[in-house]
Amino acid sequence: MIRGAFRSVLPFVVGIPLLAIAQAFVPQAYFLWIVTIGVNVVLAVSLNVVNGFTGQFSLGHAGFMAVGAYTAAKVSLAFAGVRIVGLPEVVSDQLAFAFALAGGMGAAALAGFLVGMPSLRLRGDYLAIVTLGFGEIIRSLIENTTVLGEALGLQGLPKRTNVVWIGVSALATIVMARRLAVSTQGRALFAIREDEIAAEAMGVDTTGYKVRAFTISAAYAGLAGGLVGHSIQMVTPAMFTFIRSIEVVVMVVLGGLGSVTGSILAAVVLGIAIEAFRNFQEYRMVVYALLLVVLMLLRPQGILGTRELWDLRFFRRVPRPRPLAATPGGASPTDVRDEP
Amino acid sequence: MTELLQHLINGLSLGTIYALVALGYTMVYGVLKLINFAHGDVYMVGAFAGYYLGAVIGADRSPNVGKAALVTIGAMAICGALGFVVERFAYRPLRHRARLTALITAIGVSFLLEFGFQLNPLLRAPVEFPPGPAPRFFPALVDLGPPLEPLGATVQRIDILGFVVAILLMLALQWIVYRTRFGVAMRAVSFDPQVAGLMGIPVNRIISGTFVLGSALAAAAGIINASSRPRIEPLMGLMSGLKAFVAAVLGGIGSVPGAMAGGVVLGLVEEFVAGYTSSRYRDAIAFTVLILVLLVRPEGLFGKGQVEKV
Repeated sequence: MIRGAFRSVLPFVVGIPLLAIAQAFVPQAYFLWIVTIGVNVVLAVSLNVVNGFTGQFSLGHAGFMAVGAYTAAKVSLAFAGVRIVGLPEVVSDQLAFAFALAGGMGAAALAGFLVGMPSLRLRGDYLAIVTLGFGEIIRSLIENTTVLGEALGLQGLPKRTNVVWIGVSALATIVMARRLAVSTQGRALFAIREDEIAAEAMGVDTTGYKVRAFTISAAYAGLAGGLVGHSIQMVTPAMFTFIRSIEVVVMVVLGGLGSVTGSILAAVVLGIAIEAFRNFQEYRMVVYALLLVVLMLLRPQGILGTRELWDLRFFRRVPRPRPLAATPGGASPTDVRDEP
Repeated sequence: MTELLQHLINGLSLGTIYALVALGYTMVYGVLKLINFAHGDVYMVGAFAGYYLGAVIGADRSPNVGKAALVTIGAMAICGALGFVVERFAYRPLRHRARLTALITAIGVSFLLEFGFQLNPLLRAPVEFPPGPAPRFFPALVDLGPPLEPLGATVQRIDILGFVVAILLMLALQWIVYRTRFGVAMRAVSFDPQVAGLMGIPVNRIISGTFVLGSALAAAAGIINASSRPRIEPLMGLMSGLKAFVAAVLGGIGSVPGAMAGGVVLGLVEEFVAGYTSSRYRDAIAFTVLILVLLVRPEGLFGKGQVEKV
């Protein structure tokens, strides 16, 4: 228990001061890079909980991101100019932002729950199409809603996202995913991934666990949405098309379904690639699509499979604390295995 | 009354398109248990194949029925070939792998088509290919004269022709599936591929044939749709494909008559709901239907409830 809590808190104790230092030194020119990479990490790691840990396949991450972004934006706009009595302006603003992000997460979680309930009762591949559809529906509803600014979106959000918020969000997502992986909940998710029927026979409430994983994942997508909106100071429906969802899926599949460090690695690499090759944007999606097909034909488990970086032989020599429990290995949901 | 009739006509016209595309989803699901994500994009490719063929043979300058038939059959052949190639090189190597692998590949193929077609033209002559992201306008392949106006409603003659062609194609499919040796083999494979193989059925060839058949129907749907709604663009297969999938689920995925009925029902529901409320939320209607089906009767109208076995 105590060690568990320690492991959850330690990254933040070490991370926040480092992030604060980074905040002071990172030149403004690189701020957008950091936002892109950080948000990608949050998105990829959270999607991995559904697509990697549970072996389901969601294609609607951008939809939940939109729900989070718009909710956070609305909360922020409602708080604009309001100052909590007795607090200095900076603290008051940051509290309002924290509140907006929490609101975004909550709304996205609710949306995830509502979408997941009916679709997760069915076989895995239904989810892919249903979530893709929902992502697009959420977007088209926003485009047709006057209070949400229709196609123009919401403008003039306060600029609150900074390196510390990005870093803390990424850390929170990673810690969540790792802590989940070594928990009873996580074991149930892996069991569902390995064999849903067997898991059910062993008493795992498969639908319940799937819906929970899906809800958690949607909440973090909402967090990412809030961060993006408050860094470029606006939210528009065009930011949350299915293209965004596919991008995240490519990261998760490339890194390895089920590998948290794999997702981080892919999110960082692709994030840098996106920023560096802005001029070749029209080819980006074609490259992603080819990447998916070729990866499935040649290395279906992605770069790392279900392993984490520290499971690789190269890193085994590095001394590290005894793991709380054996790293959950098992077959990647896309691993080479014969199905009857 | 007039309004009701108009919605009925529009709904039937839309519904037959969904039905034709839904047939491809349902047949492939039947034999492979794979949701062929790229199927909606085959429908898009069909529309573009028709557009290019029409330009090459000059159907836009002097429309007539012969050229229209040529364009339709040509597009069906091109898409049939596309379906064959996709199955052979993307899906078949993964057939014995985890099911998710095939799904991810299907998603990849789908986006490859969608975004490949959005690239700026690399080829200039004889046609500009790929077409690029801007929408293009499908030429009128046949000139049938002014619209009919029964009871005050407007019916384009091309819609009637499209409807008739769609029904004929569905009857032909029905005949193939239930009256030919290929159809028997297809149903056997869909029942149990392993045992079908042991009985001497060439499973691979049957699966290829299923893809060709489904893709050809999607191409026909693309042409019929583009003839009455001439705006075509590389992303048009996305929403239509999703809706056709909903139609297949509504009818009971894996069931051929189910897909036809599901398509028509979905077209009518969409047209009536959008017509009597607001067309702004047109796309959301199909998904409301999907949710209701999944909650109330997940096996669909014609499907059999199946117990998943180990």
